Amino acid sequence: MRYVVRITYVTHEREIMRKDNLVERSDLGFITFDITADILNGKNGFIFDWNVKQLFLYLSAEYSTKNNALNQVVLWDKIMLRGDNPRLFLKDMKSKYFFFDDGNGLKGNRNVTLTLSWNVVPNAGILPLVTGSGHVSVPFPDTYETTKSY
Amino acid sequence: MIVSSALMIWKGLMVVTGSESPIVVVLSGSMEPAFHRGDLLFLTNRIEDPIRVGEIVVFRIEGREIPIVHRVLKIHEKQNGDIKFLTKGDNNAVDDRGLYKRGQHWLEKKDVVGRARGFVPYIGIVTILMNDYPKFKYAVLFLLGLFVLVHRE
Repeated sequence: MRYVVRITYVTHEREIMRKDNLVERSDLGFITFDITADILNGKNGFIFDWNVKQLFLYLSAEYSTKNNALNQVVLWDKIMLRGDNPRLFLKDMKSKYFFFDDGNGLKGNRNVTLTLSWNVVPNAGILPLVTGSGHVSVPFPDTYETTKSY
Repeated sequence: MIVSSALMIWKGLMVVTGSESPIVVVLSGSMEPAFHRGDLLFLTNRIEDPIRVGEIVVFRIEGREIPIVHRVLKIHEKQNGDIKFLTKGDNNAVDDRGLYKRGQHWLEKKDVVGRARGFVPYIGIVTILMNDYPKFKYAVLFLLGLFVLVHRE
């Protein structure tokens, strides 16, 4: 599957998360992106064969911080049923889920990688997870944004 | 003979997959349209398999019996392999934090029963029926007993 993710806007804030009675400041990232993808053909040929019921597509961000060697956050997902339009042409998408870090590791992080992956759900059988080829790197700025820009 | 072979196969599956529960029945609609109530899931629980986003995990919340089948949404893993992660059902609007124990914000490896590797639709509906209608369960057990007695060699 060929796909292109284009980042249009990146910033982050220090958000206060209240857990029980503790106040924690963690980084909250904001990314706006475009996705163009043609889901019909993968490495092994036609993706939507007779045994494929649906694809669960998701865009995930992967990065490393001082606190955690590996972080993965799903930013956006979509269920594509057999028979749905297999072409994705999404513009100015905002993250579906809050991009909270476990700590303050987004600030100045130059190496946040976005990848599109999908879970093949068959009518019956094995449930493989496939990662699309190619990825996009997102560099977060060194300073916090003080006003919310959504 | 039948009972002991069935037991051996079950125990064998437990060893091969590393899971105490290598086969589970989907009990709710929170993963629709992928899985429906009554579908059967085949799990593995090998410790070497890392937990990554997008995977479908079966987990138990501390103190609760019923296993939940949802997808991993977020992970934070330390250098030494300690991992905390968040899950969400495909068909749910929000993540699972509301389902976890009071004060619990993340799941850990110890909460995982297994990873869904394959599935077969509909077949598990029999166990759900047996659970919801005890009379049906007794009827099935009675018939199984009859069958074993009649075919004893």
